[in-house]
Amino acid sequence: MVRLKNGIKCDGMEFARVVQMIPVRNIVQEVISVELSAEKKLWMYRKMYEIRCFELEVDKLFKANMIWGTCHLSVGEEATAVGAIAALEKDDMITSTHRGHGHCIAKGGKLPQMFAELLGKETGYCRGRGGSMHIADIETGNLGANGIVGGGIPIATGAALASKMKKDGKVTLCFFGDGANNQGVFHESLNIASLWKLPVVYVCENNQYGMSVAFRKSTAAENVADRAVAYNMPGEIVDGNDVEAVYFAVKKAVDRARRGEGPTLIEAKTYRWLGHSKSDANVYRTKEEIEEWKKKCPIKRYRAKLINEGVATEEELDKIEKEVEREIQEAIEYAKNSPEPSVEDIADGVYA
Amino acid sequence: MAEKLYIEALREGLREELLRDKKVFLLGEDIGIYGGAFGVTKGLVQEFGEERIIDTPISEQAITGMAVGAAIAGMRPVVEIMFFDFLTLAMDQLVNQGAKIRYMFGGKAKVPMVVRAPMGCGTGAAAQHSQSFPGVFAHFPGLKVVMPSTPYDVKGLIKAAIRDDNPVLFAEHKLLYRVKGEVPDEEYVIPLGKADVKRKGRDVTVVAGSIMVIRALEAAKELEKEGIDVEVIDPRTLKPLDMKTIIDSVKKTGRVLIVEDDPVSFGWGAEIAAGIVGSEAFDYLDAPVKRLGGLDIPIPYNPNLERHAVPQVEDIVKAVKDLLRGVIGWPK
Repeated sequence: MVRLKNGIKCDGMEFARVVQMIPVRNIVQEVISVELSAEKKLWMYRKMYEIRCFELEVDKLFKANMIWGTCHLSVGEEATAVGAIAALEKDDMITSTHRGHGHCIAKGGKLPQMFAELLGKETGYCRGRGGSMHIADIETGNLGANGIVGGGIPIATGAALASKMKKDGKVTLCFFGDGANNQGVFHESLNIASLWKLPVVYVCENNQYGMSVAFRKSTAAENVADRAVAYNMPGEIVDGNDVEAVYFAVKKAVDRARRGEGPTLIEAKTYRWLGHSKSDANVYRTKEEIEEWKKKCPIKRYRAKLINEGVATEEELDKIEKEVEREIQEAIEYAKNSPEPSVEDIADGVYA
Repeated sequence: MAEKLYIEALREGLREELLRDKKVFLLGEDIGIYGGAFGVTKGLVQEFGEERIIDTPISEQAITGMAVGAAIAGMRPVVEIMFFDFLTLAMDQLVNQGAKIRYMFGGKAKVPMVVRAPMGCGTGAAAQHSQSFPGVFAHFPGLKVVMPSTPYDVKGLIKAAIRDDNPVLFAEHKLLYRVKGEVPDEEYVIPLGKADVKRKGRDVTVVAGSIMVIRALEAAKELEKEGIDVEVIDPRTLKPLDMKTIIDSVKKTGRVLIVEDDPVSFGWGAEIAAGIVGSEAFDYLDAPVKRLGGLDIPIPYNPNLERHAVPQVEDIVKAVKDLLRGVIGWPK
């Protein structure tokens, strides 16, 4: 067992894979002593599985023409959402992206309300007015998915400013994709957050593609995390398909932010298995590439790890999966049986 | 009751709200020790400290977006955008985020924020520092748009804007900052969405906003010498828009001129004109609705050209006379 000083624990094989993906110079040389409880590990497994099932069911509903509009699925990226949010306290806040179902679920979003929103129902998180790209759950600290690439970055930064002013001890976690790292507001926001030492953690889910354009064709820097230097904040790269590695990297950043030492930019290298949206025929990448990444499935990997470590048995994990599958089906039923929003109320909620 | 400058009344309004509510804070470029490009926030950093009067980097999109985030998280930010023209840099955060969030989220979030910005020409600042376009923002559901014309109004309306639970765009014409007017000593708040009759008259209604209220009142004084009695209505807020006060006035006078500082094409004056002709006031009209507004050009630098780019007092005088003569004419 190798224990990297940034908290990534892995066996020899995993280590070899990790270093293949991550330039060694970016692995931060600092020991952190946080240990994960078995309960937390199982929670992380459950949440990743929940996200996977949710997304695959959404895909099915889409193909059955039950979901209107478009929708961006995060199959393959579950470890990033779950590992990062596992590092937060309950009251902490997040901002999410157009590919935000996973973030919402990990933050405590309720599956019935999420499915209901996707089906455009009155009982959905946004009363059927937002759909996939705008699910928010202010009560659980989810300040919302965002249809604008990079749109959530200053919002997270502002929420962190509010926390600093109110001294409420909260940290805001800002998710964005590799596409967003080339928006001007990314630069504006990270500069300010660092300047004012705001309690915010920027987590870039680098899934290698901004819609169809490969990361190497969109970004002059080798890594998103390299850009942290320009803002005088720590930049870390983490294997985004290793839920514990993500957890440890984000935990360190969250602790730092909570101590008032300012933001961190974390780049989680991961991969989007499915198309950008429903209309994507994957013409810009090869089947082999997708298959290669599927071998790094964050859920399969974690399952093997939990069993190896003796945290859970096959049967126990199967039981969790069965429970999740049942909850998902119940949530879909709830959504299907929910009422449509009334046209009479079409203008509700424009103004407070 | 004391006479105060518009800029002083505005500052007083900000100050009173900062004192009243700890959640209120100001965010903007050079608003601290410099006091803001036009001096609106002068002295506030000394009183409230750098934590509440926050000088920002030149990053309009980020600071507007941060106001959105801080507002959702329970604060009441007031952003100063140095020139109205620079609002274009903050459009995504104002229009796609601030304005839409509440509705998109099913009415489950509040975004109580104010974005203030000085607009308008007359200072030789040329095309990128002189445009007035509050009407553009009135087109976005979810925003409120306020454009006070007097010291009394600016104080009462900034207080209402800060207390409002929605994003409010607060348009201040630069030339108004030095306008004097009566401001009560006691506290008052002017509700958003209420027009004001700035001058009562019986012959013709002039609906004017922001700086054009001042020009319309001057024009009314001149026209009075010729026995023409002008009623001047200031909508004060474009959104929500108080059409009732306007319609009532037009029903009384039967003639209406609408004067705006925005470019006249697709300007808010057209919205008001449509509101009048689509109402019961239509039956009372003795002449077609007349409009004046900015020319369809970027604001030019040369002082004479600049002056001719937007309506002046003499243009209003002439337009009112034309209206009374029954001359059907579109704006210059």
